[in-house]
Amino acid sequence: MTRDEIREAVVRCLCEVAPEVDPAQLKHDVSFRDQLDVDSMDLLNFVIAMHEQLHVDIPESEYPRLGTVDLLVDYIAERLPAADSLAGA
Amino acid sequence: MAEFVMPALGADMSAGTLLAWRKEPGDTVARGDIIAEVHTDKADIEVEVFSSGVIEKLLVEPGTLVPTGTPLALIREDGAAAEAVPAAAPAAPPPAAPAAPPPPPHLLISPSAKQLATELGVDPATITGSGPGGRIQRKDVEAAAARAAPPTPAAPPAPAAAEDAQAAMRRAIAAAMSRSKREIPHVYLSTTIDLTQATRWLADENAARAVPDRLLQGVLLIKAVALALREFPDLNARWQGEQAVAGERINVGVAISLRGGGLVAPAIHDTDTLTLDELMHRFRDLVMRARAFSLRSAEMSDPTITVTSIGERGVEAIYPIIVPPQVAIVGFGRIVERPWIHEGQLLACPVVTATVSIDHRVADGHRGSAFLVAIDQRLQEPEEL
Repeated sequence: MTRDEIREAVVRCLCEVAPEVDPAQLKHDVSFRDQLDVDSMDLLNFVIAMHEQLHVDIPESEYPRLGTVDLLVDYIAERLPAADSLAGA
Repeated sequence: MAEFVMPALGADMSAGTLLAWRKEPGDTVARGDIIAEVHTDKADIEVEVFSSGVIEKLLVEPGTLVPTGTPLALIREDGAAAEAVPAAAPAAPPPAAPAAPPPPPHLLISPSAKQLATELGVDPATITGSGPGGRIQRKDVEAAAARAAPPTPAAPPAPAAAEDAQAAMRRAIAAAMSRSKREIPHVYLSTTIDLTQATRWLADENAARAVPDRLLQGVLLIKAVALALREFPDLNARWQGEQAVAGERINVGVAISLRGGGLVAPAIHDTDTLTLDELMHRFRDLVMRARAFSLRSAEMSDPTITVTSIGERGVEAIYPIIVPPQVAIVGFGRIVERPWIHEGQLLACPVVTATVSIDHRVADGHRGSAFLVAIDQRLQEPEEL
């Protein structure tokens, strides 16, 4: 899975949780909690969606430092064996 | 013969629009079955029946606005012999109360079809319904989605319709909160609760769980309130006439903010008897359905107390307004880390400000204070929740 594919999947999961998200307006280097009206239930559903679609388990203790799409892509790319960390970077 | 009536699904609901029937004359129904869909200012609701038997006659056509209490259908209860039903409706729906605001322009669409439309990225306003009165059904949504190629992203509702729905939601909240402040003498109490034990326990618990099975801190707070209420039945009550009547069950209403503004507070039935896993499952399901406008009538009509939580990014304390006819509401602010003295040692601890607003006609500050202490005590033993 390339970084672009991971990024696409992360944004797709976010859009599923918060349907009002406009992917074109989403800033990947800014906290999505600062951009979107999401609560703790939304965040849990977001993590569950990534778990189901990307097969990545994000420990609760990591939540605070994974607040942007960019950070999430980095985190997931490091943990997916097949991830091509160069493509799309 | 039992009457199935337009239910009152909120403190100030005076009328509702029948959106659709889920059953037909001759169908057998059991208590708890969903037999109709109703539009209110706050949401579209799936309405359950409280009798078991056979539907004898439907009295109201979909699309009709009728006052609460209006008979919508007749149900021949189990064991009762069939009887002749007058050709004309035995209780013709009276006109809606003049004071009731007109409902906003509304698509006739079932809650499940609406949820499916959101999932498939189909704008319901573009769908022609094939159901009674042009009602949009799931198959219409599926057909519309199949026609749309490539799939389009979820379309927001038309601006005018969204504004109307938003205005109706605000009117409903304004009516309920104005009535509360007008009729209920509130007394407010607050305390700061050390959540060190609860936070630690939850972190350990979630670390050992699969992602989909994780618990939210809010579930611990709700359960603590429900268990504490067992000792305070006078606060788990409804004001009826000139007195409070204690609830037979503890049904905590949970305030859920809706996308685009507004909120609802549907009940989690028998909250005190649920395990944390069951409670989390119910809570998650309730939030998803509330935001998909797919709640059920008993969830709207049955709360015996409400819990509202400001969330992780809000302020530290909330002093909420009681939802009539309930007599108490509990609020939790944001969990923050603060200096805390524990056994003579200065520590940095996660704490939350818990508040309770109680109806002073029902109980006094001393009682409310004891209730908050009981909630605190429950949260010091999270493994017992």
